[in-house]
Amino acid sequence: MNKKDLGLLVLILVVGIGVFLRNPRFLSAENLANTANLIGLFGIFSIAQGFVIITGGIELSVGSMIALLGVLFVDMVGRLGVPWPLALMIIIVLGLLLGLAHGLLITKLKMQPFVVTLCGLLIYRGLARGYTADATAGFPFGSEYPGLDFFVARPFGVPTSVFVLAIVGIVTWVVLHRSVFGRYLFAVGKNEDAARFSGIRTDLVVIAAYVICAGLTALAAIFFAMYTRSVQPSGHANFYELYAIAAAVLGGFSLRGGEGSIVGVILGTILLQILQNLVNLLGIPSSLNFGVMGTVILVGVLVDQQWGVFRQRRRIREAAKMTVIPRAE
Amino acid sequence: MSVIQSASEPDPAQPFLRLSGVRKSYPGVLALAEFDLEVRPGEVIGLVGENGAGKSTLMKILGGIVAPDAGTIEIDGVPHAGLTVGDSIRAGIAFVHQELNLFDNLDVAANVFIGREPRKYGILNLVDREKQRASAKPLLRRLGANFSPDAPVAKLSLAQQQLVEIAKALSQDARLVILDEPTSTLPIAETERLLDVIKGLKAQGIAVIFISHRLHEVERASDRVIVLRDGVLVGTLQHDEINHDAMVRLMIGRDLRVTYSKPRASRGAVALAARDVRTAAFPTQGVNLDLHRGEILGLAGLVGSGRTEFARALFGIDPIFGGTVALAGTPLVIRNSCDATARGIFLVPEDRKGEGILLDLPISQNISLPNLSAYASAGIASPAREKAQAERSKRDLDIRTPSVSVRTGSLSGGNQQKVSLAKWLAMNPRVMILDEPTRGIDVGAKAEIYRLMRGLADAGVAVLMISSDMEEVIGVSDRIAVMHEGRISGMLERDRFSEENVLMLAVGRGVPAGGATK
Repeated sequence: MNKKDLGLLVLILVVGIGVFLRNPRFLSAENLANTANLIGLFGIFSIAQGFVIITGGIELSVGSMIALLGVLFVDMVGRLGVPWPLALMIIIVLGLLLGLAHGLLITKLKMQPFVVTLCGLLIYRGLARGYTADATAGFPFGSEYPGLDFFVARPFGVPTSVFVLAIVGIVTWVVLHRSVFGRYLFAVGKNEDAARFSGIRTDLVVIAAYVICAGLTALAAIFFAMYTRSVQPSGHANFYELYAIAAAVLGGFSLRGGEGSIVGVILGTILLQILQNLVNLLGIPSSLNFGVMGTVILVGVLVDQQWGVFRQRRRIREAAKMTVIPRAE
Repeated sequence: MSVIQSASEPDPAQPFLRLSGVRKSYPGVLALAEFDLEVRPGEVIGLVGENGAGKSTLMKILGGIVAPDAGTIEIDGVPHAGLTVGDSIRAGIAFVHQELNLFDNLDVAANVFIGREPRKYGILNLVDREKQRASAKPLLRRLGANFSPDAPVAKLSLAQQQLVEIAKALSQDARLVILDEPTSTLPIAETERLLDVIKGLKAQGIAVIFISHRLHEVERASDRVIVLRDGVLVGTLQHDEINHDAMVRLMIGRDLRVTYSKPRASRGAVALAARDVRTAAFPTQGVNLDLHRGEILGLAGLVGSGRTEFARALFGIDPIFGGTVALAGTPLVIRNSCDATARGIFLVPEDRKGEGILLDLPISQNISLPNLSAYASAGIASPAREKAQAERSKRDLDIRTPSVSVRTGSLSGGNQQKVSLAKWLAMNPRVMILDEPTRGIDVGAKAEIYRLMRGLADAGVAVLMISSDMEEVIGVSDRIAVMHEGRISGMLERDRFSEENVLMLAVGRGVPAGGATK
């Protein structure tokens, strides 16, 4: 955990304590479990987004992908009677394929990530709505699916999504910060040319980032479908890509690529969810939700950068004072 | 040789710029100490010094980018404690940087007047393109430019683009033009033209400060050479005192002939054979070249002759559009740089900062990057093993750094180049291609790079060195291949090495009688 993450953690604690003082219900078991569940859900696809951002790319189709995959999952299990483990496999594979398509378009056909994934955003939302003719996809009334409860269960009072996020977090931390592939991701993000001139197959690295992103997003899609129990394709997971990008940026990712950490993006997700919670608990009109979030992100990133500039200037000034200048001959 | 300023120069013109006792320090380093300089109209001053000698600090002070800690700068007799950017521009000090600051999506005239466009139609404030073009024309004529003000900058050669920069300076009524490493990217013939342009400026009463590592050019262009070392003005050479050895002696504080060591063994079998290799730049011309083990083959030619493209194609960066490549007799398919590195074909690219190394990564990670799996178990990288290799490289290549964990971007150019080379030396090179390996690096580091290249060749590696530096091509190579418009126009053996022969082949002229073999 670096200083940046520590700063974010302090901010989270300060906001948390503030909310608690105004409304003690913040720390009630029920509220904590609910918030933790949302952190788990949002955390998974925010980490996913992090993999793409680290390469200097962007994935805008996250929300639509969650809607499309959610509709398909619920429809397969609820209407077509596909056994849920099989449906789950199909959804994950489908997600990986979408990621592969994005990666191929971006690397092999040299399209810009923004354009590719913006089109994805439109296409997948359109497909989701078209598939059900704008109707809500849901499970038949009174139906039971043993095992599916896993996604909404709360063993020991802790939602499964939190456990899954923990596992995903640990695995991706090792991958990003310790593995050879992770080093390649950073290298490609910092300077793709130099990485290619070092014999790295940068195309494969970038494709892998999009595949990982879409795969994790597919996993999150199933959690979301089970969380809402029914998927209303026009509104389900709207703007979620922006939550993910915001969490990554708050967590210290640079949209230019090559910078970021798993701990950071998880902390970013936590802060965003606490802010959401704050809006609810403090009785702020929920219509102001985005306003609060946007302001905090703006101020947070601004303070972080200005602080960095300030520290650097101070370091230089100190050093300048310390230096004894030898006389020239 | 007179140390510091000599007043004996019989120059009628009064200096319009005078620096006295200028000093600047940065944390931990004294960048410039008690610096004195007088600049008279129409004077060409050569400024030389190794990297980190204080040249760029001096430039920044003159440009008003940084303020000196002490000393005064007099312009036309008016003393200033420091200049602002505005002062500097008003005083007529103009810069032409090594990396040109042009907008290649605009035409020449627009670039000359960028930020100061003539306007028309009052409040509409449109750019008066006619006037802009008309004003640019005489400037270009003064420089003997052979292109029109309407030409898109993207279509111009590097040398022509430099002229645009100089025209920009003239348009601001420059009295002093500072050329920072102007010839390091220019091919030979164009360098000649630039030296003529400098003469032209001089004749028009414009002073020039000419910064370069290419001492022969400094020698030819300058009226006076000042030498910086570690921030201190160590000497001024007047016109008749200027020579290569004197400059080197002052720059490094001792005598140093760049020694070009001769090969220890005769060259071995063919390592890399290119047959009719075609690149996107010259699809109608194929390159035929045999590169032997144990030799340094110099690849000369003008910039744009297809040398870099050929190297990039061999290394799998750009696709090959025809022809075959064989490594030790085995045909080779190179689809990407990974295919090349897996077979021991390595490239040290021309653009060190953009392609050679990752500036933001520590030295150790740059060195391990191409072969990271070797420093990893089960896919997890081992920083300890990476560091150990980096320490070895640091010792073998004499990389000057306090630690191998520092950002590679914080090193000097020469040391960055050593890192760019070290990452391949840590592997097992069979064919080493170096594109302009010593561009912009100081004399000491140059000698080191030459030593390393010779060491590779002696160890049986096939070395291909692309270079536009004539002295280097002739000094270092065992054979010289010259490229012209996408093909090898001739091959010179050592007994036929001469600037003239290389130049003739480079411009595609017929080979001099008995001069070249092919």
